[in-house]
Amino acid sequence: MAHIELKGITKNFGDHTALQNMNLDIADGEFFVLLGQTGAGKTTTLRLIAGLEKPTAGQIFIDGRDVASWGAAERDVALVLQQYSLYPRYTVRENLEFPLKSPIRRVEPAEIKERVDRVARTLRIEHLLDRKTDRLSGGEMQRVSIGRAIVRKPRVFLMDEPLSALDAKLREALRTELKNLQMNLGATFLFVTHDQIEAMSMGDKIGVLNNGNLVQTGTPHEIYNNPVNTFVAGSVGSPPMNLIDGTIAGGEAVSDDGYRLPFANGHAIVTDGRPLTFGIRPEDLQLESGGAGKATVHDVENHGVAKIVTLRTGEKFIRATVPAQAVLRIEEKVRFSWNPEKVVLFDSRTGVSLRHAS
Amino acid sequence: MATAVMTSLDTKSPAASRGMSDIRIRNLFIIPTILFLIVFNIFPLIYSLGYSFTDFRASSNAPANFVGLRNYRELLNDPFIWANFAITAKYVIISVSGQVIVGFGTAMLLNRDIPLKGLLTTLLLLPMMLSMAVVGLFWKLLYDPSFGIINYALGLGSFEWLSNPDMALYAVAITDIWMWSPFVMLLSLAGLSAVPKHLYEAAAIDRAGPFYTFFRITLPLVAPILMIAIIFRTMEAFKTFDLAYILTSQPTTEVISIRLYKMAFQEWQTGRSCALAYIVLIMVLAITNIYVKYLNKVKER
Repeated sequence: MAHIELKGITKNFGDHTALQNMNLDIADGEFFVLLGQTGAGKTTTLRLIAGLEKPTAGQIFIDGRDVASWGAAERDVALVLQQYSLYPRYTVRENLEFPLKSPIRRVEPAEIKERVDRVARTLRIEHLLDRKTDRLSGGEMQRVSIGRAIVRKPRVFLMDEPLSALDAKLREALRTELKNLQMNLGATFLFVTHDQIEAMSMGDKIGVLNNGNLVQTGTPHEIYNNPVNTFVAGSVGSPPMNLIDGTIAGGEAVSDDGYRLPFANGHAIVTDGRPLTFGIRPEDLQLESGGAGKATVHDVENHGVAKIVTLRTGEKFIRATVPAQAVLRIEEKVRFSWNPEKVVLFDSRTGVSLRHAS
Repeated sequence: MATAVMTSLDTKSPAASRGMSDIRIRNLFIIPTILFLIVFNIFPLIYSLGYSFTDFRASSNAPANFVGLRNYRELLNDPFIWANFAITAKYVIISVSGQVIVGFGTAMLLNRDIPLKGLLTTLLLLPMMLSMAVVGLFWKLLYDPSFGIINYALGLGSFEWLSNPDMALYAVAITDIWMWSPFVMLLSLAGLSAVPKHLYEAAAIDRAGPFYTFFRITLPLVAPILMIAIIFRTMEAFKTFDLAYILTSQPTTEVISIRLYKMAFQEWQTGRSCALAYIVLIMVLAITNIYVKYLNKVKER
């Protein structure tokens, strides 16, 4: 197992900068999730670590050793791709054996069989072993491709959106399986996804990528409760954090839409009059008759365990999570308040959280 | 079933406004082709089958007499004909394996990001587009022992390529390889570029060496299309006539179609040559069938 470190990695493809001065530290045995939109540089990061691409600048260390001159084979990483990359025309067993049968490795036939069988048991694909790979369903293919990674006992697992091509139910099941697998193997995982639910539920640590820049790294808890800027606030959480523009005046938050909400300025920063953005999670907004904010119910989504209400305040929309029993009519006038402790302040111009700026 | 595959005619199309139905348009396109096929292919085929059982000679006015299987019996017992078949087999093996090695090798070299790849591919395809007769004539010059550029370039002095009975067949095969390797290359290139790049990456990550990757990933995936190239080239090589005929007149290069030509148009044994043509036809069909069976097996795997 291994510890991975990226130092000042920049990668350009022609004029396009895919990654900009990226520093990343993944501890041994950690489940690290890189979260970002399409084109944010997630896959590039994986390919750089795997040795399929060379960085324009910067260094990559695996277990403290600079691997710049190492090829993909020497780095001993496993890469699970979105498109599975199973070898066509072979059976599942042959696919699982492939990395072991390579003459470079020289594994005894008895051991190959034992390892393949063990992996098949772990991933519950024993009944598929003699089937051709093109007769498998998406979920089965993905299991085989994960199996092919595990069978080698690599130092690092790199996974490039392995679940995104699967249907929702299967994705959920495999998510749990992957997480269990990682804990059982104690392996270092770098998992790339654009799905913030996957990131939140699986990651020991999350790195948020935006346009080739690593914006924030931290535990899911830190990322969720203390986003470094409005980008992170808007990309993590479902629905994302509400961002309300306003100012602080006389110990109260004054929104640009006119309503005032109580606010305890815990920051030792002069914030009066400065244009700010208040970040508040939907679950920290309450609908209550005595609330200071006034809004109109715009839309109600029933999610079973809770309802997500879209409120209209003047021109803007904000969202609140309410208990499933709450009865709300569209266009109904409601009052709301927030949990002042949970409000995150962002500078309106730069979008940076004041907590992180100070 | 046929109607299910056919799309209906657009009611607003000019053809429909002229009162033409789907069926009429279909017939308009298909019937001339079928007629052409019948007149120039199927009729001669059947007619020559009839002649193959007679002693007909196209050079004389004597009526054709039915001789039963005599032509076939005599042909199959003729050691000279078997010698021709042996020469043909040797030629097919040398020429086709040469084309596969050169063609597939070139395709492997071209299947990467290199500058001017398109131009290079087009230039490499040129030999294939020339006429057989032209290729034969200028390779005859290239092979010339006294002023040919091949001997000059290889420093072989006055080496006899075409008049040396042991060398002549190889010389013809080399010309054929030069001309038709591009064909194998083109098909192989199509096959190679269809192998997804991520498979190679996966193999690299799985620490597979270049040979292992080639034999376990590249070759199995290219095999079906390569088989098609081999089928085409075998059939063509089996019935080679022009190249061998133009380049040399050595008895060691008398492939079966030259024998057939001589029998039909120099000796005027029309009936007998029809029988020989049928024997060749059956052989080509048999070989092709073996290939096709094998191709299906390769595809299934």
